[in-house]
Amino acid sequence: MAAVSEAQVAEHAPDHGHEEHEESFVSKYIFSQDHKMISKQFLITAVFMGIIAMALSVFFRLQLAWPGESFGILNYFLGDRWAPDGILDRNMYLSLVTIHGTIMVFFVLTGGLSGTFSNLLIPLQIGARDMASGFLNMLSYWFFLVSSVIMVASLFVETGAASSGWTVYPPLSALPQAMPGSGLGMTLWLVSMTLFIVSSLLGGLNYIVTILNLRTKGMKMTRLPLTIWAFFITAVLGVLSFPVLFAAALLLIMDRSMGTSFYLSDIYIAGEALDPVGGSPILYQHLFWFLGHPEVYIVLLPALGISSEVIATNSRKPIFGYRAMIGSILAIGFLSFIVWGHHMFVTGMNPFLGSVFVFTTLLIAIPSAVKAFNYITTLWKGNLKFTPGMLFSIGLVSTFVTGGLTGIILADSALDINVHDTYFVVAHFHIVMGLSAIFGMFAGIYHWFPKMFGRMLNTKLGYAHFWLTIVGGYGVFFPMHFVGMAGAPRRYYQYTDYPMFDGLADLNVIITVFAIGAALAQAIFLFNFFWSIFKGQRAPQNPWKSNTLEWTTPVKHVHGNWPGALPVVHRWPYDYSKPGKEEDFVPQTVPIADDEEEHG
Amino acid sequence: MASEATQAVDSSTLWGGGRSPFSVSYGKMMMWFFLVSDALTFSGLLVAYGYARHAYTGAWPIGEEVFYSLPGLSGHYPLIYVALMTFILIISSVTMVLAVEAGHRKDDKGVIKWLAWTIIGGFFFLGSQAWEWSHFIHGTPGYITMADNAKYWLTEEIPNNKTAADVANFGLIANKGSENERVIEGAEAVSIYEDKVMHVQGANMTINEYGPPQYGNFFFFITGFHGFHVFSGVVINIIIFIQVLKGVYRRRGHYEMVEKTGLYWHFVDLVWVFVFTFFYLI
Repeated sequence: MAAVSEAQVAEHAPDHGHEEHEESFVSKYIFSQDHKMISKQFLITAVFMGIIAMALSVFFRLQLAWPGESFGILNYFLGDRWAPDGILDRNMYLSLVTIHGTIMVFFVLTGGLSGTFSNLLIPLQIGARDMASGFLNMLSYWFFLVSSVIMVASLFVETGAASSGWTVYPPLSALPQAMPGSGLGMTLWLVSMTLFIVSSLLGGLNYIVTILNLRTKGMKMTRLPLTIWAFFITAVLGVLSFPVLFAAALLLIMDRSMGTSFYLSDIYIAGEALDPVGGSPILYQHLFWFLGHPEVYIVLLPALGISSEVIATNSRKPIFGYRAMIGSILAIGFLSFIVWGHHMFVTGMNPFLGSVFVFTTLLIAIPSAVKAFNYITTLWKGNLKFTPGMLFSIGLVSTFVTGGLTGIILADSALDINVHDTYFVVAHFHIVMGLSAIFGMFAGIYHWFPKMFGRMLNTKLGYAHFWLTIVGGYGVFFPMHFVGMAGAPRRYYQYTDYPMFDGLADLNVIITVFAIGAALAQAIFLFNFFWSIFKGQRAPQNPWKSNTLEWTTPVKHVHGNWPGALPVVHRWPYDYSKPGKEEDFVPQTVPIADDEEEHG
Repeated sequence: MASEATQAVDSSTLWGGGRSPFSVSYGKMMMWFFLVSDALTFSGLLVAYGYARHAYTGAWPIGEEVFYSLPGLSGHYPLIYVALMTFILIISSVTMVLAVEAGHRKDDKGVIKWLAWTIIGGFFFLGSQAWEWSHFIHGTPGYITMADNAKYWLTEEIPNNKTAADVANFGLIANKGSENERVIEGAEAVSIYEDKVMHVQGANMTINEYGPPQYGNFFFFITGFHGFHVFSGVVINIIIFIQVLKGVYRRRGHYEMVEKTGLYWHFVDLVWVFVFTFFYLI
């Protein structure tokens, strides 16, 4: 294994990196060790996973808006087993919610976002021939693909997919007999997540080491684009937090299949006491959220990093507060490890401990606000180029602020207890994490599509996609705040069972209509994406007049990235509209002139 | 730096790309980050153990009262055997250091010798752990519980296929550990035994004679997970050993793989120090 990877490095040594290898179809497109190809593999896998997860959400939204009504489409996709006469089965509803969350959080916004853009941009923006270990990188993708396939396959087992929510709390997840989805579906969920953790670990190790070790000459840490800083901290968070989820999952597997009682105690099924005594389901929650909260930032930070780059480039202005941005990424990374208790305010936690978590959680608002204001001040009086990528980045700033504000409410235990596990929480995290991260991902796709596929995405379709998505997104999640404040809990199959929620029926219809609209809008993107890969306008060398190193590589991908020697870096990446320069951008490879001062 | 198997970069010059600013190869750095990650897995497990122990209201078993046997000997030798295991494992770290050091000198024979001792130390530890497990699982003669929740400890073990009446000197200890402790013998003991609700002997996943089920659960899982790490360490050591025998690193010009394996091995030993502390000492 190591022998292979060291041979890889030798292959990428500067003196013969420019040789084009004759590669077979399999080694070029399938078992590729080239970071650009692996990045495309991640992206396309994530796009398919995204389509599935979005479709699932539309299915359960139909049930929520029109409970118990018959829909041919449900019967068509879910069959007689799960939607007899087109009416969604109760157990399937829970499976849909669970798998929608799992796929979106882990497969689209963790694996898809980091896997695509860390792989594409880290070597290209730091001036490296490839990732440190191409072999481990390839393994990372294949573990990801296999875990994706297993997760999707779990929807097809006879007893249904895992249905205890994406957090898979015991005892529902620990007792195979607890509910239909707790059986084979839950087992597959755990197998899939174990493989996913391996993939994430292999990827993360590679990203960290590549950033630290393989920067080109002159690429100091303080000259790194903010994308790379974000990917770096994201990878560190992943390497530190996923192993704890791994520990939690292993103990859960033991409880499920070995008869241990780590998480189980005093369970009665049909009046009969089960064996396990003395375990604690709260223990699982602690272990889970020790991963779970950093996970939020694993999802969000790459999107913020992408937006920093896209916003500065398209504002034709240096990013405002470069060092403050790095500092706030580091602060967010650190704080994310000491706030997990805010997910557990209603577990009977000691109120004093709760107040500590309130404090640390509120602290995160500071670096987050630094980032939000820096984006706004970067935009301020900029020469704005409204490319689709730029629009999505601005959309991210919008959702980051909207969702962040409700975050302050939820951080406060006294307020949180009132809306805990209601749609208010659903609205909060879908806006701040879901919409923001997916907007960051779209921004990245529109911005770097030319680098990935050598062609441009269609701008007009991009505009249509953006406006329909942001209107749809807010249309879905904004009304949910009201649903939540009215007290409607998450994961209920049928609100009409409870007369007190009758007043919410119209809101739920509105949400669903927007959800369908936003989902249909993604068809525009999908068409644009797949059509442009083959038929799009050919990309120029540097379509956005950007400073970073990736735009100095040939449009047609070569193995080793730069045909000749590696570029040498002389300045930070944000010299846009520098006074005294002819062009409004100065690439990082341009030496500092005699009469010029380097940005400190 | 003398301790580096790879060539160090002069820190006064900027690196020229593809070369480390930390004077560490990517592989070694990756190993370090992997170890950090793995350390978090063990931390998660040990913290979970601490949580379970803290949450338990009764008396938690004490290491020296559970582990007091030596193979082939009867009698009371609290923690002697596990101390020996731990000592051997730490010595295997020393031999690993010597193997890495021999690698720096490109001394094949030295690497082979010390790596062989390291592998032997690893196998000894694994064997000892297997013995320790079997002892833990088998346990003492155990205790019985009655319908009125009374608890009697057996003085003699009842072999398989035998009943209490077949055992000579069969007795039961009532109120063990309290002032009213007394031994019941003969027919009375046998008749009490026959009325038992449950006979708990040794340990399995759901129940054990030492304390709450979580004690056995965590003992099996954490020492098992650590043992799996030792096992994979031994396997990796054997692979490296074979590579050295074949002269792979001599041809490559450096013995960094030995060093990376060494890092992993030291990590596994370090983790054992924590596992040992939490399960046996406190």
